[in-house]
Amino acid sequence: MVNTTTDTQAIWNAIATVMDPEIPVLSVVDLGIITDVQITEMGAVQVRMTPTFSGCPAIKLMEKQVHDAVASLGFAEVQVETNFDVTWSSNRISEKGREIIKNFGLAPPPKYKDQPDMKLLEHTACPYCNSSNTTLKTPFGPTLCRSMHYCYDCLQAFEQFKPI
Amino acid sequence: MFNTDTLNALRRLLLAMADDHLIIGHRNSEWTGLGPILEEDIAFSSIAQDKIGHALGLYSILNEQLGEADPDTLAFMRNETDFTSCQLVEYPIGEYDFSLVRHLLFDVAALIRFEDASHSAYDPLAKLARKVKGEIKYHVFHASTFVKQLGQGNEESKARMQSAINQNMALALGMFESYEGEELLVQQGIYKGEAAIRTAWLGEVGAILLEAGLKMPDIDKLEPVYGGRKGFHTEYLQPLLDEMTEVFRIDPAAEW
Repeated sequence: MVNTTTDTQAIWNAIATVMDPEIPVLSVVDLGIITDVQITEMGAVQVRMTPTFSGCPAIKLMEKQVHDAVASLGFAEVQVETNFDVTWSSNRISEKGREIIKNFGLAPPPKYKDQPDMKLLEHTACPYCNSSNTTLKTPFGPTLCRSMHYCYDCLQAFEQFKPI
Repeated sequence: MFNTDTLNALRRLLLAMADDHLIIGHRNSEWTGLGPILEEDIAFSSIAQDKIGHALGLYSILNEQLGEADPDTLAFMRNETDFTSCQLVEYPIGEYDFSLVRHLLFDVAALIRFEDASHSAYDPLAKLARKVKGEIKYHVFHASTFVKQLGQGNEESKARMQSAINQNMALALGMFESYEGEELLVQQGIYKGEAAIRTAWLGEVGAILLEAGLKMPDIDKLEPVYGGRKGFHTEYLQPLLDEMTEVFRIDPAAEW
């Protein structure tokens, strides 16, 4: 007899071992890109994901890693599908995920209502000294999800996981 | 849910949007390694990557929902005359001022298109648009920030910006070329229509140029550069397609 609740939790735990390749300490669960996990009556697992950015080059890799993590639990059939049914926004990053991002040296994205205000980017809090005496250098960084900033107080350049 | 004529018009709309994004994406990527400052090199490259992602999303709807070929075939195996991108996007990158102003004029229109499409009665487009519009906001933010800085800069930067606006404007008006069946999409709430998008675009571009201290050319005296939506292109598109498809033609099964 399949215990679906226990199995579903085990699947989420397995998926949580898959990391975002661009921030390799942040799991895809804390990143908020896993939108649904289902076990069918036949015992097959269906996982749905939504991309952070539509041009994200890592999505196929993450699909495969999620597939392999779930398959390693012994499920014979695992399907991982990426679609836009649920729209990812940086608000989907968990509180734990925000802490992880900050400790990684990136400013976490501020939470917003409706739409992010670009003015938020102008004075992003520095992840090193927490000062807001900062400026936006460019809204585009080394990966699609990052912007680049400079802190006038601790005189350091830093990056932000930008609100989107 | 929609009749054949409406679905055909929808195919034209999606193909035009996808082709525009694919071609401007490739043009933007030509700044990789050449940007006037490192940040601009990175910005144009990131924007290029987003655009190719947007094109992929649109081609995927055509493939998965509307029975067209797969995205790689649509992007790499059609003839020049099958592309329905506007002529604005195929022009060479030119000087940075030309590329920056084209980027502004294109992305203000793209944001209006995708914001409208996020309420589309055609669900697959609405879902994609809700994702894409947040990304394009950053593109518009980037372009308008630099246009304002350069418009308010020194004599040379102002003159170059104004000249780039004058060069781009008739081409940019070509983005709003009508196509067969467009009115069906408007009637059924799938899409707002080119005329309405053009009106909104003129308002937003006008406001940005005003803030930048630059002049909007006299639109009524310009002849919009149409033809792209019907497959008529300049001498610049074919060489770009040749370059884009070079690897694919050598080895269609290559993975990279």
